[in-house]
Amino acid sequence: MSAGSNDHIVIIGNGISGVTLARFVRKNSDCKITIISSETEYFFSRTALMYIYMGHMRLKDTQPYENDFWEKNKIDLKFDHVTDINFENKQLNFETSSSMKYDSLVLAVGSKPNKFGWPGQDLPGVQGLYSYKDLELLEENTKNGINRSVIIGGGLIGIELAEMLHTRNYPVTFLVREGAFWGGVLPEPQAKMIERHMTTDYHIDLQLNTELAEIHAGSNGRVSKITTKSGEKIDCQLVGLTAGVSPNIDFLKNTSLKTDKGILVNEYLETSIKDVYAIGDCAEFKEHPTGRRNLEQVWYTGKMMGETLAYTLTGAKTAYKPGNWFNSAKFFDIEYQTYGWVFAKPQENESVFYWEHPTKYLSLYFVFNTKTHEFKGINTFGIRLRHELFDRWLTDKMSIEYVLEHLKDANFDPELYSQYEKQIVQQFNSENNTSIKPKKKSWKRIFNLSQK
Amino acid sequence: MKIIQSIGMTLFLGALVLFTSSTFLSKVEFTKNSVKETVNENVYKSIGSELSDALQGTFSNPIKISGLVSDIYNKKNQKYKEAKEWDKVMYVGSGQLTYQLIKKNTVGWFVTSQGLLLFLTFGLGVIGALMYIIPQVVTLGPAGIKNNHVYQNPSTNRGWIAWLVFVYLVGFYVLLYFNPQFLVSQIQIVEPIKEFISGGESSQWFLYGVLYCTVMTVMGIRMIIKYRHNNYQIVRTLSVIFFQLIFAFLLVEILPLFNMPAVDLKNAWPLDYDFLFDWNVKQLFEYGNVGKFVFFWGILLSVIIVPTLVYFYGKRWYCSWVCGCGGLAETLGDPYRQHSDKSIKAWKFERYIIHGVLVFAIVMTAWTGYHTYNVLNASDSENVKASLLGISVFDIRSWYGFLIGSIFSGVIGTGFYPIFGNRVWCRFGCPLAAYMGLVQRFKSRFRITTNGAQCISCGNCSTYCEQGIDVRAYAQKGQNIVRSSCVGCGVCAAVCPRGVLKLENGPEEGRINDDPIMIGNEGVKLNYTAIKAK
Repeated sequence: MSAGSNDHIVIIGNGISGVTLARFVRKNSDCKITIISSETEYFFSRTALMYIYMGHMRLKDTQPYENDFWEKNKIDLKFDHVTDINFENKQLNFETSSSMKYDSLVLAVGSKPNKFGWPGQDLPGVQGLYSYKDLELLEENTKNGINRSVIIGGGLIGIELAEMLHTRNYPVTFLVREGAFWGGVLPEPQAKMIERHMTTDYHIDLQLNTELAEIHAGSNGRVSKITTKSGEKIDCQLVGLTAGVSPNIDFLKNTSLKTDKGILVNEYLETSIKDVYAIGDCAEFKEHPTGRRNLEQVWYTGKMMGETLAYTLTGAKTAYKPGNWFNSAKFFDIEYQTYGWVFAKPQENESVFYWEHPTKYLSLYFVFNTKTHEFKGINTFGIRLRHELFDRWLTDKMSIEYVLEHLKDANFDPELYSQYEKQIVQQFNSENNTSIKPKKKSWKRIFNLSQK
Repeated sequence: MKIIQSIGMTLFLGALVLFTSSTFLSKVEFTKNSVKETVNENVYKSIGSELSDALQGTFSNPIKISGLVSDIYNKKNQKYKEAKEWDKVMYVGSGQLTYQLIKKNTVGWFVTSQGLLLFLTFGLGVIGALMYIIPQVVTLGPAGIKNNHVYQNPSTNRGWIAWLVFVYLVGFYVLLYFNPQFLVSQIQIVEPIKEFISGGESSQWFLYGVLYCTVMTVMGIRMIIKYRHNNYQIVRTLSVIFFQLIFAFLLVEILPLFNMPAVDLKNAWPLDYDFLFDWNVKQLFEYGNVGKFVFFWGILLSVIIVPTLVYFYGKRWYCSWVCGCGGLAETLGDPYRQHSDKSIKAWKFERYIIHGVLVFAIVMTAWTGYHTYNVLNASDSENVKASLLGISVFDIRSWYGFLIGSIFSGVIGTGFYPIFGNRVWCRFGCPLAAYMGLVQRFKSRFRITTNGAQCISCGNCSTYCEQGIDVRAYAQKGQNIVRSSCVGCGVCAAVCPRGVLKLENGPEEGRINDDPIMIGNEGVKLNYTAIKAK
């Protein structure tokens, strides 16, 4: 559909997906836009929640737009909770017993922390970390100080929570089911580097291959200890459940809307009901348009879905077609960026080149096709790399040799940082019997100036 | 570590209290001839006997002396004015008069034990501060961005400590610029340093210089420890300390010993606003060829060197590598950088006021230049034309000096650090920054590159931008940051948790990308032309 100026687009959820959608719709249309949220009045960056707890920023600082931005752009905000949706009458009902009509409905309702039915998972002092309300709860749960916390689940949110608690000097035990930190995603040597960093530099009590069995309450009714499957008991006053997130769609479960883990959508982000769309964390593709995972709960994909759907809603029907994969994170002090596909274990026909600095937390993990030498992806720790360049190299299917030869072009570290391209290429040469020489950095190549 | 830090803080605060209260610790003793020996002949003729009568015996409260002196001084001047005896009116100022009287007649241990006092104030202050700062290598944790508790600490979240520091700094600047008679004790404390470097008498400007260098060095060490993983920050901090110690302080003291003018060779017009004042130019020319060289160096610096370097490196080469104001902001001011206002309103205000100051500086300089030209070419030195279009050169000069030179750059510029952030002057007031900003915005290779689509809108960059630039607004769109106000401190790039920002000097082509397509969204990219056509 194309939104006319009398149409009303209603977006449930004011996260990055919903807000990106609203902004791009407004660029191209005068239609009425309403964003509904029961989390916070104004959009904030969810990825920055940790910095509020650590004292780097206030909630206000994590809000990318000033409060009058919404009125200036005629985007209505409604701070309320949707209790149910009447798809037939195109009507939303709110907790405040008011209601609202829509012409197009966009569900951008995000995720909630996974709970896998552990005994005691709903005790006071047990919580996940996803929403602003979770952050307020964490403040509440730690306001009197704690002697130890236990974090369940070795992924991105778990390590963030560990860093947050560390800044308040609360000891952390980190239980990870796998044999390595974020073992499903990171290649072993890089997982090991993170483990080293968090245990030796930050004294996190990391317990790999350990699963939670039960959470126990103390005499005050709050969490007082946990037991692991191997029978170990750990006293604690806080349990962080960070074993991933799943779409926040409980309120849609008994409706005519088709769902699986998330809200099922096609490549145009259309759900099973006409004029109802889903984007972001809560959207699950029946079949992913580019063959990636059907559920990708990442900041960047949410943003892309929002932009894509905005074009569809304003008359330029556009399929969601994400390009080369990229992502980033920070593990305590180690920055991580990835471009292309890097799996924990090399796939068939994939070779790996790994370089690690002897003392610093710097490492690069390259993946390339064993036969054609086509560069497939890179994980970088501690050395920043240029997104635009890697995106181009991946699209153009450049070889690993080409990438190494032009690695200086891709360096995105601040000026005056030590550079390691020489050592990296040297190691590759000696391992592969090649004689690649790193080329000097060229602005022409970086900005593709010669083609203009 | 905590114990060392506590002892350090105690020592520092003790030294600070002693330094501050020293105003009331010295003894001023007046004898019969004190006044006669201190004040100049004119003043002595007018109010010598009244002063001698009033100032008898020993005082330890300069406020009392100041009160007595200004009473007598003002009454007499009033009388002269009423009687229209213009030739008798005194111009020295009662503050200056008090300053001389106190300075010349201080006695006792404050004069004889200056070395000890220097150690107890500056010595213990520095030792204490370092005992607090150096353990941060351990207490802050491993090297990396550690802005932990910035918004939970009353000294950095505009809490009560910040307000105390604010009151102290503002008070200090007000005394420094307008009431130095209350800083005589402090000025005397640094006398031994003056003696050691160049001989001669210490003044409030020498005290300010010593304080400036000390504070910048100590807080520079803090800055380097905080950013010890970041070479750009380390080198930049060493650079500002170097230029402060050598160019702004030592050379200015030492050059006169070699019969050269006492100038800060890195200070460029229009920040150096008295460059074309008649006394400055005359003084330079009195030094012959060396003076002429310095004069032409000043012109070369402002007209050629400054814009050229801004073209190649952005204004950061000056603002955060060389400049003294910038140096203080980047060291003493670093804990307060998050307080700059990021609103669009503040940006609008900034553009009006900083360019307003630039225009004011240019007009003021044109007036003084005209006057100086007349002075240099006057056959009759009594009758130099000192007004243009009906505006007096002296008026415009003193208004600029008072409003911009003292109030804006000093009292507000530094005094307001703890509340409005560390670059208030550089962002809103500095005419040199405005000038370089225009070059940086329209003709420069410098930009902050945004790394594709990697931004997560967290807001660290904007929060810690001391110049109040909403860096995130650009970064989250995949747009490069090209802003006239950016001083290139590099902290946005340092605090970014995802490696999104990089300060660089690259080709002008494509430097400003107003409407970038975010990398990664191929569906949108494919449809881009179709969409744009609609």
